Amino acid sequence: MIAEALAGKRIAITGSTGFLGTALVERLLRAVPGCELVLIVRAGRRTTPAARAKREIFGNDAFKTLRAQLGKEFDAEIARRVQVVAGDVSVDGLGLDDEAAALVTSCDTVIHSAAIVSFDSPIDVAAEVNLMGPVRMAELLRESGSSAHMVAVSTAYVAGTRRGRAAEAALADTPFSTEVDWRAEMAAARRARADADAASRDPDLLAQFAKEARAELGAAGPPLLAAKTEKRREKWVADRLVEAGRSRAKSLGWPDAYAYTKALAERATQEVRGHVPVTVVRPSIIESAWQEPHPGWIRGFRMAEPVLISYGRGLLSEFPGIPEGVVDVIPVDMVVATIITVAAKGPEPDGTGVYQVATGNRNPLYYRNLVNLVREYFLENPLYDTDGQPIVAPDWSFSGRGKALRQLQRGVRALGQAEKVVAALPIRGKRAEVMARLEERRDMGERALDYVKLYGSYAETEALFDDTRLRGLLAGMSPDDQAAFGLDTNVIDWKHYVQVIHLPSVVRQARVRTTGGARQSETRHERGKRTILSPERHIAAFDLENTLIASNVVESYSYLASRRLPNDERARFTLDMLRQGPGLLALDRKDRGDFLRHFYRKYEGAPAAHIREDAWQLFSDLILTKSFPAGIRRVREHRALGHRTLLITGALDFVIEPLRPLFDDIVCARLGERDGLFTGEMIEAPPTGEARAIAIADYAQAEGLLLAESVVYADSASDLPMLEAVGHPVAVNAEPKLAAIARKRGWHIEQWTKAAGAPIPLLPLAPRRGA
Amino acid sequence: MSRPGFVLEVDRSTPPILFHHGEGFRLERLPAGSRVVYPAEPVAPLKDPDAAIRHALLNPVGDSQPLPSLLHSGMKLTIAMDNQAVPLPPMQQPDNRQRVIEIVLDMAAAAGVDDVELIVAHGLHRRQTEAELRHMLGDRIYDAFAPHGMLTQHDAEDHDNLILVGRTEQGEHVELNKRAVTSDLLIYVNVNLVAMDGGHKSTMTGISSYRSLKHHHNVTGMQHSRSFMDPPNSELHNSTWRMGRLLADAVKIFQIETTVNTDTFPSQFAFLQKREWEWSARDRASYFGVSKSLERVPPRIARSIFHGIKSPQKMTSVQAGEVEAVHKITLENVHRQHLVPVQGQADVLTMGLPYVGPYNVNSVLNPLLVMCLGLGYFFNLYRGKPLVRQGGVVILSHPTRWEFHPVHHPSYIDFFEQVLTETTDPLEIEKKFEDDFATDPWYIHLYRNSYAYHGVHAFYMWYWGAHALQHVGQVIIVGGEPRAVRRMGFKPASTLRDALEMAEDVVGRNPSITHIHNPPIFLADVT
Repeated sequence: MIAEALAGKRIAITGSTGFLGTALVERLLRAVPGCELVLIVRAGRRTTPAARAKREIFGNDAFKTLRAQLGKEFDAEIARRVQVVAGDVSVDGLGLDDEAAALVTSCDTVIHSAAIVSFDSPIDVAAEVNLMGPVRMAELLRESGSSAHMVAVSTAYVAGTRRGRAAEAALADTPFSTEVDWRAEMAAARRARADADAASRDPDLLAQFAKEARAELGAAGPPLLAAKTEKRREKWVADRLVEAGRSRAKSLGWPDAYAYTKALAERATQEVRGHVPVTVVRPSIIESAWQEPHPGWIRGFRMAEPVLISYGRGLLSEFPGIPEGVVDVIPVDMVVATIITVAAKGPEPDGTGVYQVATGNRNPLYYRNLVNLVREYFLENPLYDTDGQPIVAPDWSFSGRGKALRQLQRGVRALGQAEKVVAALPIRGKRAEVMARLEERRDMGERALDYVKLYGSYAETEALFDDTRLRGLLAGMSPDDQAAFGLDTNVIDWKHYVQVIHLPSVVRQARVRTTGGARQSETRHERGKRTILSPERHIAAFDLENTLIASNVVESYSYLASRRLPNDERARFTLDMLRQGPGLLALDRKDRGDFLRHFYRKYEGAPAAHIREDAWQLFSDLILTKSFPAGIRRVREHRALGHRTLLITGALDFVIEPLRPLFDDIVCARLGERDGLFTGEMIEAPPTGEARAIAIADYAQAEGLLLAESVVYADSASDLPMLEAVGHPVAVNAEPKLAAIARKRGWHIEQWTKAAGAPIPLLPLAPRRGA
Repeated sequence: MSRPGFVLEVDRSTPPILFHHGEGFRLERLPAGSRVVYPAEPVAPLKDPDAAIRHALLNPVGDSQPLPSLLHSGMKLTIAMDNQAVPLPPMQQPDNRQRVIEIVLDMAAAAGVDDVELIVAHGLHRRQTEAELRHMLGDRIYDAFAPHGMLTQHDAEDHDNLILVGRTEQGEHVELNKRAVTSDLLIYVNVNLVAMDGGHKSTMTGISSYRSLKHHHNVTGMQHSRSFMDPPNSELHNSTWRMGRLLADAVKIFQIETTVNTDTFPSQFAFLQKREWEWSARDRASYFGVSKSLERVPPRIARSIFHGIKSPQKMTSVQAGEVEAVHKITLENVHRQHLVPVQGQADVLTMGLPYVGPYNVNSVLNPLLVMCLGLGYFFNLYRGKPLVRQGGVVILSHPTRWEFHPVHHPSYIDFFEQVLTETTDPLEIEKKFEDDFATDPWYIHLYRNSYAYHGVHAFYMWYWGAHALQHVGQVIIVGGEPRAVRRMGFKPASTLRDALEMAEDVVGRNPSITHIHNPPIFLADVT
């Protein structure tokens, strides 16, 4: 009996925060009441291993049943039976302190389940975890003289991309095993990191990263551009390493770096284990649970899920695959049951053994069948688009991989070009939304391309994983154990599994729309607005031009300068301003600060008293006329909630003086004055670019307010430093660059317009005073 | 002699009837048996208005001495006047106010009065621009007073320059413009466009404060003003009369009231005021010319064309002296022009709304103003009982675009977004939202320093329709922008035929229909 065999036993587990690990911990705690667990958990960036375990493992809904069974005793039971120790399989010595190491080596069984399952991780990272992780564990056990039985979780795909039967035996004993020196491979992976890093510092490349950063952010100021440039460099290095992993794996006959590093790990572990008995469990593609902890239980968005959801949303119809090929899927609970049964059974007589947990051999799910089941499901239960209209799942075309790839690549390239053109256009707000659509289409295309590249070979695999030994294991189990730890893959009814268990669970997880009609629940926009207008916010800072009003410093100047001009001079003035327009616009785009410095010179010699008086007329004729009522209302809403409202603008103090009652404080530009005339020079540097971020930071500090709790509203990429400085940035009527950034980062977006019904003056000239 | 107003019963030979429709017109065929109320033709104007004014000032009515004997050197004289909400559209120069005030100023100058201040009594309306003031008063008055700060616009939020005169027995605060109340003589000059205007209401709305206005500008008051166009049956007037008498005891008032005829539109729009079967070839041509060109230009341009129209209305009477005695004669003159006898109520009342009302001179007739013009003003143009029966249907024709003037009507925009999204019930609106809007510092800032209606003014628009909302079963707007119409709790219809069919769901098959034919305006005497 399994429960009895493991009673009083202590089991160490790595990878317990993962999909398989969580299910394993849950099952052991619920179905094997006598065992104790030692969980080796990596510290989070800001959390301790214990806190991580509490939230990520025991907080998961897998424990629903156990919680209900134990009630208030749940926490006490966990505390009694589970010890969490800090450890990290990617560093030598597993990151365990002496005490923890002693605890682990004193265990009866060690289940090594930690892995990087992502197929596109950088080669050095994948190797460090997937290859070195089990090696380090085996070495620890060997060196400490531990008597523990190590159960290592691998993958059926260590067999590589080959046709035919894949034996349920150690790799060394299988006919088509590639002989490579795992130590050399590991060293090469580490060297690849150093090489890529060195290559990335090439001056031409650095210049290119800087150029890309500028193209993405625009005139966001040196610090942000530098940070972005460095990010692009790091991404370039990571991409190179991903590619290095993929190509190395392919060259040796594995579909990807994951299977490749896992295969090396099996050999390496075998080599270093010494006296330590190691049993390898090789699952195929692990998907949602058949029965335990409850049907359909799944954790995280895994391999097939994004593909399925993309299909349901009508985004993907070009997934290559062989119709008669087998997609080898195994429910997570069957893998868990196998591991527990193996642990209970103890080591093989010769200290080494392999079990393959797969369905392809006895109860295959054919690709064509899977596609039909999925299509049937989505036709019956369609997803809905944002307008509440059902989406018709596309007809699946079983095209070859090469053709699908080429088509997708062509589409992505064309969309990328269109995006570049749009980004260069001087549009903003609603019209810039065309950019969003292009971007979305390209994202879609890119994602589909990724899926095809990553997972394509899994739909094309023609290997059949032998599971004779697994059947033997099953045969050796008592009827009770067979009932409690079902690992018979023959019981799976694929139609039921796909349509009743798996897809509903996946759809639920994906939080896609599954009901039609107008949305009743809160939209994303409403939710964002509610977050921003929460009483907890501290500061609400607003840019002026194109955020609150559709006007600019040039219009204000034209108005004020023409207010007292005699009629005959007005025409000349108008022509003059129009002639300067394009040059001013170009300067403004290049550097806002220089532009203001240059432009405000025009006020030189202007009588201050007149200008200040006329500014009140300007307020009604231009500022309010061109204001966005929704924006003004938003300022007032913030104020009513007790937030500090702040206007940060490069406009001049006398222009925005009438707006003063709207805000608690104002940061703006000011002109020097001599003998009642303006000098045309600013008293201090105008708040533009990074200076705005500094201004709001200074303000927050002086007032004892938190930037993380503050909101900034702005429209242009040059406001990025200020937007990034706070916890709640809002892009208003954003120009394409900022709009793209805002969408990527999930910032709240507002489209504010002038009041329909506002008069539109042909030229920004003042009605002549006294006329 | 002008022909009086009358009620036409539509039969098969009746041509299509003209409906005003914002900045445009519609010709609609009403079902046979419908009744169309036609106003009287414009009555004859005064031959020599200036002489009539002089005569009135020298021969005041009621307990009042002739104006010259009230003027003396060293005195403090204040002349308050109606703002540009009347008449509509603004009249061609010279405006009645200009004529009257020029003569009053001559008399004051002759008497050696130095301390004269003119106050535009715009209550909680927006300030007028320089151009608008010049149009209303003429350059001579403007240039003589405005540069010296002696032509002011009443500021209901300038608390240093308001004074509490007292409280009525009902506890109503009488709080008014300090300069006006502390003058030796307060002269009030009005243009009595409709029967609601004038009398004590002039001062009690024009130069008072929000605190004071609240006593008669509220939902309950408006629901009990049946109608507010008929002072003896109007709670609005009961209150202002009580308050006005208190003021009359505190300061010497010399009221000068004028009336105008209904010659509303200049000759190129003559067809607007003619009975359709009397249209000449020229009228038909100008109707089609005007409508076709209006269809082709954007609404914005059409609006500026219409707001450029100055009305040829002429003065029909002028009387001066003690407020109530003066107003009695004024009302007789208004009735002489406006009253049309109508027998019985209808199931359905239809009306075409124009582009302008009292609150959007040189501005936009936004949806709230559409509501106020239709359910406030037009619905209340009755004496006796409403033209539509209790539970009947009112059909308005107006484009009702979702358009607001951001400078003139900022609180209207927010009222539309923040108040009407929660409720359209006037009492609930009053209870829940009025105070916040009325005391909001931003709206007060815009009212005082820009050209905005007071924050609470949007509420008054809704209250003005409160009696109608209580009385009718459904409101349908033909040609209205659906989302704006629905926001107000009304129903949009694309044609009059559709609207009438929808109305049948409320009032039953083959309803009786009455149509208010305008322009010009009239007062239905319903028995």
